[in-house]
Amino acid sequence: MAVNSITLPNPLHQFEIRKIFHLEFGGLDVSFTNASLFMVLTVLCIVGFMSISLRSPKMIPDRAQIVCEVAYEFIENMIHENVGDKGKCFFPFIFSIFFFILFGNLLGMIPYAYTFTSQIIVTFSLAILVFFVVTLVGFIKHGVRFFTLLVPKGLPVFLYPLVILIETLSYLSRPVTLSVRLFANMMAGHTILKVFAGFSVVMGVYFGIAPSFFTVLLLGFEFMVAILQAYVFTILTCIYLHDALYLH
Amino acid sequence: MDVQAAKMIGAGLAVFGLLGVGIGIGNIFSSLIQAISRNPESKSQVMPIGLLGFALTEAVAIFALVIAFLILFL
Repeated sequence: MAVNSITLPNPLHQFEIRKIFHLEFGGLDVSFTNASLFMVLTVLCIVGFMSISLRSPKMIPDRAQIVCEVAYEFIENMIHENVGDKGKCFFPFIFSIFFFILFGNLLGMIPYAYTFTSQIIVTFSLAILVFFVVTLVGFIKHGVRFFTLLVPKGLPVFLYPLVILIETLSYLSRPVTLSVRLFANMMAGHTILKVFAGFSVVMGVYFGIAPSFFTVLLLGFEFMVAILQAYVFTILTCIYLHDALYLH
Repeated sequence: MDVQAAKMIGAGLAVFGLLGVGIGIGNIFSSLIQAISRNPESKSQVMPIGLLGFALTEAVAIFALVIAFLILFL
């Protein structure tokens, strides 16, 4: 086969975790890696941007302050429409989740940067955090009545065992679907970019131009996916919170 | 059969899921266009739901794609 004679660069190489300096804590390896570095950078970016643009808030805002206010209102609207009035106190939680994922995805779009959202453990930690928060909120608000979430209204009684089984499974699989969606989107997107870039290397100077153009198109698509997936993660968190607060 | 050949056939079969995803995304956007053209006022309410449905459907395609990549490159 022709493809095998020329070795393509491995597109999964970019997801490799490298240690920057070694750290051990209680027998566990907690080294500072390139993934941790980009998480720290993300948080610094968010905090830096917010604090610089809101350094001296004015009645008539300047450009940076307008960006901050738009971001604030975007999340506020999302909570108002999807969670309801009781969800106001979750604003900091939703805001942090959205901007952590968004800045993580967007920082990963810089060439040679590391996309930490393409690691399943990172997205799974975020998703399990959301899962526990939603479950705790449900139990604190409603106590044992929270279990009525598993039974839709107006259902004939003989269907209860089947529906409760299905609903329990779908409730428990929430963190898995939530995390795999984000992780798979980021990982597949970056891999496709690398694969097409590899094509243009292999196909030579004249024919390699076509995959390069396609790579540019894909890059635009990836920016859309980066923003859309942060939005989807946040809006699903909002919908789960609505379920826990209002019980259908 | 050569293992490498079997891998490539397997990766090709793994992306068969995109068939359903193509139909699904087409359905979502056709309904979105119909909804907006029948009632342009509803655009601001319908658009986020449409994008959410698009992202959820596309995630299925991505799952198939990830499996194909894992077969090919791991």
